[in-house]
Amino acid sequence: MAKIEVNADRCKGCLLCAEFCPKKIIKQSDVLNSKGYYPAMQTEPEKCVGCAACAKMCPDVAITVYR
Amino acid sequence: MQKVFEKPVSIDEKPFSYCAGCTHGIIHRLVAESIDELGIREKVIGVAPVGCSVFAYEFFNFDMCSAAHGRAPAVATGIKRARPENIVFTYQGDGDLAAIGTAEIVHAAARAEKITTIFVNNAIYGMTGGQMAPTTLVGQKTDTTPYGRKVENQGYPIKVAEMLSTLEGANYIERVTVISPAHVNKAKAAIKKAFQYQIEGKGFNLIEVLSTCPSCWGMSPIKAIEWLKANMIPHYPLGVYKDGAKTE
Ligand SMILES: Cc1ncc(C[n+]2csc(CCOP(=O)(O)OP(=O)(O)O)c2C)c(N)n1
Ligand code: SF4
Ligand code: SF4
Ligand code: SF4
Repeated sequence: MAKIEVNADRCKGCLLCAEFCPKKIIKQSDVLNSKGYYPAMQTEPEKCVGCAACAKMCPDVAITVYR
Repeated sequence: MQKVFEKPVSIDEKPFSYCAGCTHGIIHRLVAESIDELGIREKVIGVAPVGCSVFAYEFFNFDMCSAAHGRAPAVATGIKRARPENIVFTYQGDGDLAAIGTAEIVHAAARAEKITTIFVNNAIYGMTGGQMAPTTLVGQKTDTTPYGRKVENQGYPIKVAEMLSTLEGANYIERVTVISPAHVNKAKAAIKKAFQYQIEGKGFNLIEVLSTCPSCWGMSPIKAIEWLKANMIPHYPLGVYKDGAKTE
């Protein structure tokens, strides 16, 4: 059991998290955030292993990981 | 489920002003995590540069001040000598540290100042829109080298870690990067060690971090990481250049 939370107001939609997620379960949302970016979102939380690769690569400290 | 990764206390709530995908933000987080883990948040004083990280004092949740362009090591020297009980660090770009601030960093290192410097090398002047920096690679296109940097006109890029490690005053010099989770782990360990040495009263300590500038390189954040790996690492090899504990 693991999951991530993306703080949509810090996220800038750079998708470095998605690139480095070994499970490829992060996608871009189609809803704009308050700054005008399309933030990242986790698509299949049941596949998340809580490795925090996404969070380590996030330049905006937008990801919290639970495991 | 428990929280296993969250924003460090030493990072403030205010969102960063960096461009999307700019690795300045990862480096900020590693500095903040190191400070939290070493329990020195109440003792730290950071000195922000001129460059894209000019507003670093807005993003870190501890005491900071600003220095004129390139002068952060001189300001940090003053703070550390007046308040040796504090942990003092500078955070500087390559334009700030290796161009206008060359004298300050060289002499701070030569004097063995008991400070820590986080040197962000992105091979360009980011804040001012992408002019050539002293660290720009030969052949690299910038606003001021539109046909690529040429040795006969602009000379060679400066290897700061190598140069400073020739100084006896340098205690710990390492070059790292943040282009994958494994590189981030290594960079974190180096940054933390550079603070740990200062806690033990040792200096001068500098970590050079190879960093991306997607906006001024004209690349997506992921392409910028690939470009750094293919072009910067061969010219700026990663590794420990000086470790006082080993050589003294
Ligand atoms: C005395 C002075 N000279 C020039 C400038 C213009 N200037 C602002 S930032 C900068 C260079 C920034 O590049 P770098 O240090 O590499 O940081 P980056 O923005 O890439 O993070 C320059 C030349 C200035 N602000 N003050
Ligand atoms: S914690 Fe690991 S598996 Fe889960 S989303 Fe992040 S990178 Fe992917
Ligand atoms: S790495 Fe961070 S800022 Fe970039 S898309 Fe993912 S959550 Fe958003
Ligand atoms: S201009 Fe370059 S260094 Fe500055 S914030 Fe943007 S990507 Fe980062």
